[in-house]
Parts: sequence; structure tokens; C-alpha cells
Amino acid sequence: MEFAIQAEGLVKTFGSTRALDGVDLVARAGTVLGVLGPNGAGKTTTVRILATLLRPDAGRASVGGLDVVRDAGAVRAAIGLTGQYAAVDEMLTGTENLVMIGRLLGLPRRDAKSRAAQLLERFALTDAAGRAAGTYSGGMRRRLDLAASLVGRPSVLFLDEPTTGLDPHSRGELWDIVRGLVADGVTVLLTTQYLEEADQLADEIAVIDHGRVIAGGTPDQLKAQVGGQTLELRPARPAELGPVRTVLAAVSGHEPELSPTGVLSVPVRDDAVLPALVARLTEAGLVAGELALRRSSLDEVFLTLTGHREARPHDDADKTKVGV
Amino acid sequence: MATMTITSGTAPAKRRVGVLAGLEHTATLAWRNLVQIKHNPMELMDLSIQPVMFLLLFTYVFGGQMSGSTHAYLNFALAGIIVQNGLFATLSTAVGLNNDIQKGVFDRLRSLPIARSAPLAGRVAADLVKQLWSMLLMLGIGVALGFRPHSAVGVLGAAALMLVFALAMSWLSVLIGMLASSPEKVQMMAFVVMFPLTFSSSAFVSPSTMPGWMQAWVKVNPVTSLVDAMRALLDGGPLAASLTHTLLWAAALAAVFFPLALRAYQRRT
Ligand SMILES: Nc1ncnc2c1ncn2[C@@H]1O[C@H](COP(=O)(O)OP(=O)(O)O)[C@@H](O)[C@H]1O
Ligand SMILES: [Mg+2]
Repeated sequence: MEFAIQAEGLVKTFGSTRALDGVDLVARAGTVLGVLGPNGAGKTTTVRILATLLRPDAGRASVGGLDVVRDAGAVRAAIGLTGQYAAVDEMLTGTENLVMIGRLLGLPRRDAKSRAAQLLERFALTDAAGRAAGTYSGGMRRRLDLAASLVGRPSVLFLDEPTTGLDPHSRGELWDIVRGLVADGVTVLLTTQYLEEADQLADEIAVIDHGRVIAGGTPDQLKAQVGGQTLELRPARPAELGPVRTVLAAVSGHEPELSPTGVLSVPVRDDAVLPALVARLTEAGLVAGELALRRSSLDEVFLTLTGHREARPHDDADKTKVGV
Repeated sequence: MATMTITSGTAPAKRRVGVLAGLEHTATLAWRNLVQIKHNPMELMDLSIQPVMFLLLFTYVFGGQMSGSTHAYLNFALAGIIVQNGLFATLSTAVGLNNDIQKGVFDRLRSLPIARSAPLAGRVAADLVKQLWSMLLMLGIGVALGFRPHSAVGVLGAAALMLVFALAMSWLSVLIGMLASSPEKVQMMAFVVMFPLTFSSSAFVSPSTMPGWMQAWVKVNPVTSLVDAMRALLDGGPLAASLTHTLLWAAALAAVFFPLALRAYQRRT
């Protein structure tokens, strides 16, 4: 089996909304495919079709070589799904949530219990195992939701915006979990609005907008399409974020962007900015924890590809905001 | 960190879910709906405290005025109180299903290789168990307060009849749960529809003192025939006509709403 996930010309309309307008995707087994796009681009619809929850109006898709419409039952046995909103039963404990899934998957009660304990341990939820999931924090819920999708040891995992709404710490934890799964051989399709996330996790990225894949390739290939460089800076002391930001803006002539993980970034054209920046920081008694000059981030790639100058009549302002 | 292998031995690719497996899935999901009660004080209140509260209030507030003694009124009204509570309870099916849809739990279940009908059947089965629990609780407390059932067979018959009618009604509830945009809307509807429906019946008073137009409505209200049949089973009296009416109503409700509910469910499944 060459591709774990394969989609060709997926079309889906809801009333007059053309949510998918011919989506093509492939993911090699054991890799992470990042599906990157703004709100309303069609990410969730794509995932729901691949996870057998929706039938496409046109086009076809297979997961693990099985057709998602004709062999839906077999596809379900091979996949795990973590939807956009943590789908845990808030009125059950962490253990009960996982035991329920295990029992539904045909595990005997004892095996379901030990599998639940194993997953709770793996996701640092053992202390909260006996508490109702409704009392969990956002990050804990996400982890429980992810654990629930792993009870059946899926070979293909769908993660729909797994870190949206999480604080930087929980986001980092989730990234580590995804990396661990991939190391175990799971194929992951992950949707995200965060360019940094796709860059961090994905082997291949498909950029999707208005129900179409508008660009694809490795993160490096996408960045090469745009050129230019980005200077990234993480202040050593979080308290110095403000002053560091001011210095960076002055040196580069651009207002820096702050990533959810606390990294400031600005586009630069001139390599000389780097020594100038270091000098100014030292002068001001500020310390850069991490400082790097990189090829353009996916942010710029994305803006170039989707084109902010291009009119987007049927999107409201909120929908065009991309991971900032 | 790496002590667990996620991919070892993928689950066997089963295409069709057998009947036995389907029943197991249903049982597991019914279990889930019952275990929820443990962590949800509100639901415990709906199931236990509210019925008992109504029973006590009706008996001791209205009893003396209505029937001359609380005891006499209890014998008359217990059937009505049980029916009102039971009909309200059927709407918890809608609330629960709708909640599962909104929270994404339904999507999670649907992405599993389980019987398509199990999430629905599990919910309906669990709600019947809850229904039975509330009913037994009210009967037990009724007896403690002085209610004397006509016969043991009558009590069993009343319990069975209530469950049958509740099951028929639950398909309407499923339909509402599939179509409503939020659990809160369902709850509001419960109040606006169920309250007048249950009160404008023979549940709490004899209709003979009501104005003529209302008597006409009370007579055709299916709640009246259900209450009359339950009353006859619990407290004695003529049964045949009201029982026939009730069963016909149950059959009609099921005949109309079962296919509609199933279609709405399949469209979301
Ligand atoms: N069930 C639905 N009914 C109507 N429109 C929908 C439905 N689901 C999605 N859409 C529309 O389809 C488009 C794509 O949605 P979605 O796949 O959820 O995007 P994303 O996950 O990328 O934010 C949006 O315009 C959305 O409003
Ligand atoms: Mg989405």
C-alpha cells in the first residue's frame, strides 16, 4: 500500500455553500499530512468525509486502501478521529470514557480497563482518571479525546485542529504526543490554522482555501516558493518581551508577530540586520534566548498563496484571520 | 514514553456488524447513559427528587380540598402524577441525543466500527430504565404514604403500560432531539408543550368541573386515556375502553414518529 490516505476530486455542497470544490490529497503511510487553511476553508468537511461521517457528492477517497464509502465499516476499524471539539462524555470519568470505547471495540471488560489505564498513564491523566471529564481543563480534555481515538490502535489518525484554543504549554505537549505516535508508525492527517504547527509537525502540507487545495509540498518547498527570510527571536526572560519587541521593530522596520509559543518574528531582506540587532539588544541589557534567521515562514507563504489583496467577498473578517 | 505500541495488530477489518455484537454495543451505550447519573446531580434530581416532591406536594397541598382527605386523593392522583412525570421524562431522550450531537460525542461514536443503531437504541433503552426507576420510586413512596394498590397484577400492568406508552412517545422525542438546534430549546419545548398537555387531562382532577370546551378537549387528550387506564390498573375501576384507547394511541404515535425519527437519525448518521 503506497498511500495511507488518498482523495481525488472531493466535492461537497451544503445548500448553496460549496464547502469542497475538488479536493485532492495524498499521505504516505507513516507520515504526517498537514492540511492548512483558514476558518471555513473546508478542513473539517474533508476530515469528516475521510472518517466516513459524510458522503462526498463527487470524487472518491480511500484510507488504508479501503474506499471510505463502499468499505466504510472497514475504514472505521482502521482509523481514529479526534474532532475539532473535544468529544468526550463530560458526565463520565476519564476511565469510563475510555472503557466505553474499548467495550464498543469488542475488548473484554478487563482488557478495556487495562487499555484505559495504559492510555491515561501515557497522557498524564492517571491522577484525574476517576474524575468526571467535565471537570477537566481544555488541555486535559484534548488529551482524553486523543486517548479515546487511540483505544483501537488505529493505523490512520485524523486530528481536526487538535490545538485550537490550547495554551502554548498544552500545545507543545500535544505536539510531542503526535510525534510519538508517528514514531510508532501511525499515519496522521492533521488540520490546522497555525502555520507554525504545520511547519513543526507535517512532512507534507496541503494548503486549502475555499474548498480547494491551492498549494502542496514539504514545508521547505512551500517556503522556497516565496523566498525572503524571517528573523525569529525568543526573549530569554518572558518579562522582557515588551522591550525586546520594541528593539526588534526599530531594527527591522517591521512590527514583529508574536507566535503562540512566545517567539517574535519579522521578515527581513538584509543579513546585516542580525548583527545590528544583537548589538542593540546588548546595549539595552536585553538577552535573546533563541535567535535565528530562517527562510520565510509559512505565514508569508500562506499570505502569498491565498493573497490578501484578492477580494474574498463571502468571507467575513473573522474567517480570514489566519493563526495570529 | 515509548512503552506502548500504537499500531501493533490493527483491529480486524470487519465489514458487517453482527446482531449479537450490535446488542453488545447497545448494552454498552445504555450502560454509559446510566453511569452518567453518578456524575450528574441534576439528573439524579430529575429522576428521584422531582417525582417525590410532586407526589408530596400534590398529596398534602391539594388532597384535603380535592377529596376530603390526603389519603383518598393520593389513591386518585397517584396515576396522574406518575403519568405526568413519565411523559416529562420521555423528553430527556431528546435532550440527551441533542447534547451528544452538539458535543461531538455522536461523531466519535459514528467513527467507530459499531452497529449504526446502537447509539440510538442504547439511549432509548437507558431512558426506559430511568423511567422504570422513577415509577417504582413513586409507587414505593405512595405506598409508604398510604396508597393501597388494587392488585399486584394491576401494579405490574400499570408499570408495563407506562413503559409501552413512554417507548411510543420516545420516537417523537428522538425526532425532536435530531432536529432541535440546542438542548436548551428542547427543554423549553418540554415545558411549553408537556405542561398544558398533562394538566388538561384527567390526571389531577375529575374533568366534570371544567368548562364544556375544555371537557371536550380533555376527552380527546391521549393523556386522559393513559391516566384513566393507569388509574384503573392501580386503583380499580373499568379498564377496557381506556386501555384500548391508550394502546391505539401508542400504536399511532409509534407508527407516525418511529419512521420519521429513524429517517432523521439516518440522515445524521
Ligand atoms: N453542515 C453544514 N451545513 C452548512 N454549511 C456547512 C456545514 N458544514 C460546513 N459548512 C460550510 O462549509 C464550509 C467549510 O466548512 P468547514 O469544512 O467546517 O471549514 P473549516 O473546518 O476549514 O473551518 C464553510 O463555509 C461552512 O460554513
Ligand atoms: Mg473546522
